[in-house]
Amino acid sequence: MTATTATPIQARVRRGTALTRALGSALPVCALLVLLLAALAVTDAGFYEPDRFLAFVRRAAPLLLLAAGQYLVIVSGHFDLSVGAVVTTGVVAAAEIYHSFPGAHWLVVTVVLVAAGALVGLVNGLVTTGLGVPSFITTLGMMLILEGGVFYWTGGSPTGYLPDDFRALGRQDAFGWLPWAVLVCVAVGAGVWWLTRSSWGRTLMATGDSERAAELSGVATARVRTVAFVLSGAAAALAAVLVGGFSGVSAQAGSGMEFEAITAVVLGGVLLGGGRGSVLGAMAGAFALTALFTLLNLRGVSGALEPTVQGVIVIAAVALGAADLSRRRRRSPAPPAPPPAAPAGEGPTHPSTGGPTS
Amino acid sequence: MAAASPSPALPAVAAPAARWRRGLADPAVGIWLAALGVTLLGWAVVAVRGGEFLTQPNITGILQNCVALGLIALGQTMVILTGSLDLSVAYLASLGTLVAAETMAGSDGNMVPAVVAVLALCAGVGLANGLIVTRLKVNAFIATLGVALILRGWIEDNYTGPAGDVSRSFQRLGYDRIGPVPVSVFLLVGVALALWFVLRRTRLGHHMYATGGDEHAARLSGVRTERTVLVAHVLCALCVGIAALFLAARFGAGSPWAGTEARYDLESIAAVVLGGTLLAGGRGGVVGTLGGVTVLAVLDSVFNQLAVDPFFKNVLRGVVIIAAVAVYARGRRSAGRSR
Amino acid sequence: MRSLPAGRRLAASLAAVCAAGLLASCSSDAPPEGPPDPSGSAPAEDGGGAAEEAEFFEEDEYQRQLALAGETPEGPEGRPWEQMLRPEMVDTGEYALDEEQVHLCFSNAGVFNPWRQVGLTTMEAEVAEHEEIAEFTVLDAEGKDDKQISDIQNLSRQDCDLLIVSPNTTATLTPAVEEACRELPVIVFDRGVNTDCPVTFVHPVGGYAYGAAAADFLVENVEPGGKILALRISPGVDVLENRWSAAELAFEDSELEVADVEFTEGDPAVAKSIVTDAIQRHGSIDGVWMDSGATAVAAVEAFEDAGLPVPPISGEDQQDFLQAWADRDLTAIAPGYPTFQWRTPVIAALKVLRGEEVPGEWVLPQPVITEETRDDYLAADMPPLHYGLCGCEDLPGYPQDWGGR
Repeated sequence: MTATTATPIQARVRRGTALTRALGSALPVCALLVLLLAALAVTDAGFYEPDRFLAFVRRAAPLLLLAAGQYLVIVSGHFDLSVGAVVTTGVVAAAEIYHSFPGAHWLVVTVVLVAAGALVGLVNGLVTTGLGVPSFITTLGMMLILEGGVFYWTGGSPTGYLPDDFRALGRQDAFGWLPWAVLVCVAVGAGVWWLTRSSWGRTLMATGDSERAAELSGVATARVRTVAFVLSGAAAALAAVLVGGFSGVSAQAGSGMEFEAITAVVLGGVLLGGGRGSVLGAMAGAFALTALFTLLNLRGVSGALEPTVQGVIVIAAVALGAADLSRRRRRSPAPPAPPPAAPAGEGPTHPSTGGPTS
Repeated sequence: MAAASPSPALPAVAAPAARWRRGLADPAVGIWLAALGVTLLGWAVVAVRGGEFLTQPNITGILQNCVALGLIALGQTMVILTGSLDLSVAYLASLGTLVAAETMAGSDGNMVPAVVAVLALCAGVGLANGLIVTRLKVNAFIATLGVALILRGWIEDNYTGPAGDVSRSFQRLGYDRIGPVPVSVFLLVGVALALWFVLRRTRLGHHMYATGGDEHAARLSGVRTERTVLVAHVLCALCVGIAALFLAARFGAGSPWAGTEARYDLESIAAVVLGGTLLAGGRGGVVGTLGGVTVLAVLDSVFNQLAVDPFFKNVLRGVVIIAAVAVYARGRRSAGRSR
Repeated sequence: MRSLPAGRRLAASLAAVCAAGLLASCSSDAPPEGPPDPSGSAPAEDGGGAAEEAEFFEEDEYQRQLALAGETPEGPEGRPWEQMLRPEMVDTGEYALDEEQVHLCFSNAGVFNPWRQVGLTTMEAEVAEHEEIAEFTVLDAEGKDDKQISDIQNLSRQDCDLLIVSPNTTATLTPAVEEACRELPVIVFDRGVNTDCPVTFVHPVGGYAYGAAAADFLVENVEPGGKILALRISPGVDVLENRWSAAELAFEDSELEVADVEFTEGDPAVAKSIVTDAIQRHGSIDGVWMDSGATAVAAVEAFEDAGLPVPPISGEDQQDFLQAWADRDLTAIAPGYPTFQWRTPVIAALKVLRGEEVPGEWVLPQPVITEETRDDYLAADMPPLHYGLCGCEDLPGYPQDWGGR
């Protein structure tokens, strides 16, 4: 199985019901999501009124975007720890742009930010694939560079206001009822889903599953991965537009979001180390995580204890998912692949021998 | 900047040069050369500006700043070598200082119970990390992130600020020095020696390298990989416990934010990788990690001397970390080709 | 193999014990500036023990602050950073220098939020005002207690004439400040330390007065029985804990009900979500108390987006909140924790080095911005996160250095 470059997802879920085929590895997260949404309904009878539910989706939107971008990077066998910093930088930079060019059109600013996000992703991708630096380190370094750089540039805190038309995407509704953020999310989700189904998506999955096998079958793995980083950076910049729109200018926006995004993706049944999982699962994971935050708020769990509950639920959910995965793998006809244990995708060289070398 | 000096960029023309190059490609050698290079650079730059770099307060400061991050990074080295990772170290360090200070409650008589309590707590958390990773098969990244959240909730729910009181004689661990060398540096060196011994001279150490290098192959050749990973997590947490004891001695009290404000989780991983240990596991060691920590501490001191803008410091740090690891990766590849 | 984990644990504890042994054996080599004196300098408050320290409520201090908040300070009119409340002057003749030029050193906790950035800019501008300051060395601890301890040690062994400290945490920096006091005159500001060895401790009235001012405003302006949402940044920050404990007390004595106490991490997105959820959960929220202003505008917007009128709310002197208050005609109050206090340590330092007397505890006034005074602090050209109480308008470089136009 590891040696094939054909779609691993299809190979894996050939057995099973129509439902499991449709959901694949996202089944546990969907169960979790249903559970959380049911709990929300019980806790708060009015939760499913259209206005309120849409407002809830709007709140989830930035994390959904980050999860979609992060999914592409993780499935190719890497990490992107810089997305939280991209969000911070995006919000502060937008304020700085409006400070210098007060009349700038919102679309221009948005496009500039997304392009800059893509550029950050390009650097991440080139350094990771070209120089052989593990992505964990590349993107950690990028996080330091962005956080330091943007505040060095603006003298410590954002200097301008975000005007209402720029904020509309994150705060206003289309046609008077549908939040723009929901539309953005659906569009990005559909786009990424389409991408993963395209031949590029299949090569991305194959690259994450087994780099060597993918290379042998002629995939330009470095290029495929770099594109994944570029898309993740762009998605993060778009998330920054939504965050800045939702809550206005701030020096704190986006802090810690990289860990939330990775948690969401893993919660969605995507394997760290690459090769398995669906973007729908990743986005469902982000949705579930936001539902969990909201549930904890609505149930009035002591503010200080929230992280503990969150930690327990994340570990439990991922553990259940892992148990489920290994069970299904045992049942599958193909011999099981060794579970990738490495936390980060390795660079181009993989040591074949253990033992001390220095 | 840090990584530029040992870079094997010049084309080799002779056999000795090739051997020299291979020696330089060993990250543990490279990072110590880089430490030396950064120190000389710092000395030169500060001297040009009419200052003095290698003064006694500066040397003491650099050494002192190595200790806490160094102890935690040593622990992190253990888990990274086995192919795992620990993101809970920052919160564990905070909790450790609180437990130490509260157990001591200002009295010298409680020193031993406090040390035991902190180490027991840390061993427990390390065990939990290890069990979640090995038994529940949760990826180490998520497992330790989850444990970090649990610890965070515990700290935030139980502490509203600095608490406890470290006894005066225990505070000497944080403040005494012999000549320019703080005594806590001996603690760091002691722990490093112990871990070096474990890694290089015991079967456990070989199993750790084997597990990190290729878990599947290690398991096939009879290594009980799960137990090895478990032990690595416990060792890591114990190192964090020792760091927490040192921090408590320095603060005179327990601090709920000591670990997270210093970002020990990501900084320790950065120091380990800067020291040439492979993030995927299987290669590296404590010597390199100590070098990585030293480079970071010397850089900090140079930044201090030159009054570099604190935000710009982060930019430089990010560049240094990426550049250093890029140099190692290049060294590894060229070494691989010449073999 | 089986015995190894236990063995390693043993080895690790052995290492600790060895280290302790090493300590005992080398103590005689310790330099005089090494260990703090075991018997002498321990401050009285230290004995309080964990529980009391963690509670962050001291009845006497609370009463004192409430009284101070109502008093008129001594000092030049219109220059609140030079004013003082209930000063008890101390003689500083022992620190007087003959030299014309002085070298001031400053150990800063960090510049990790806009309040501290505005403060540091203000302080640097104040330094630039004084030609007699030949050199001003700043070490930034980046929010790390451990680094700040090293910074203080480093500075106190350099040729600084005086050391200014803005501590990152109260308790944990006490030993380092005590050590520095033996080397040179020390001035502490913003947050205190648990020792009275510094020449003076500069601070505004304090957290209790801040929290009480905001809570009293809500008690007056919200109908009895109303539900209050309390938004805090994060637990465990001493200054913020004081603010909340005073507010809690005020609410207990009132007819108001505290519906929720939540932590926002200073992130407006989180704050907005929390307020939205609280409105849903409780049907309505009749007043919002905040321990700092960073997320006040997000809270206001949460009510607007829910289609509700904004209830009485407390914020801080940040421009975005003052602007929103003016634009939307809110019922609001903005207690300040003034950034002009960053000017005072420099002024105090020069007095000390001239041998002039200063108050042993320099308590600065802590203005509360109300509807009447709001427009005095609202500067249209300043950035949204600028603090109106910076007292920096007369300094060189204003407004560009603070990010204004």
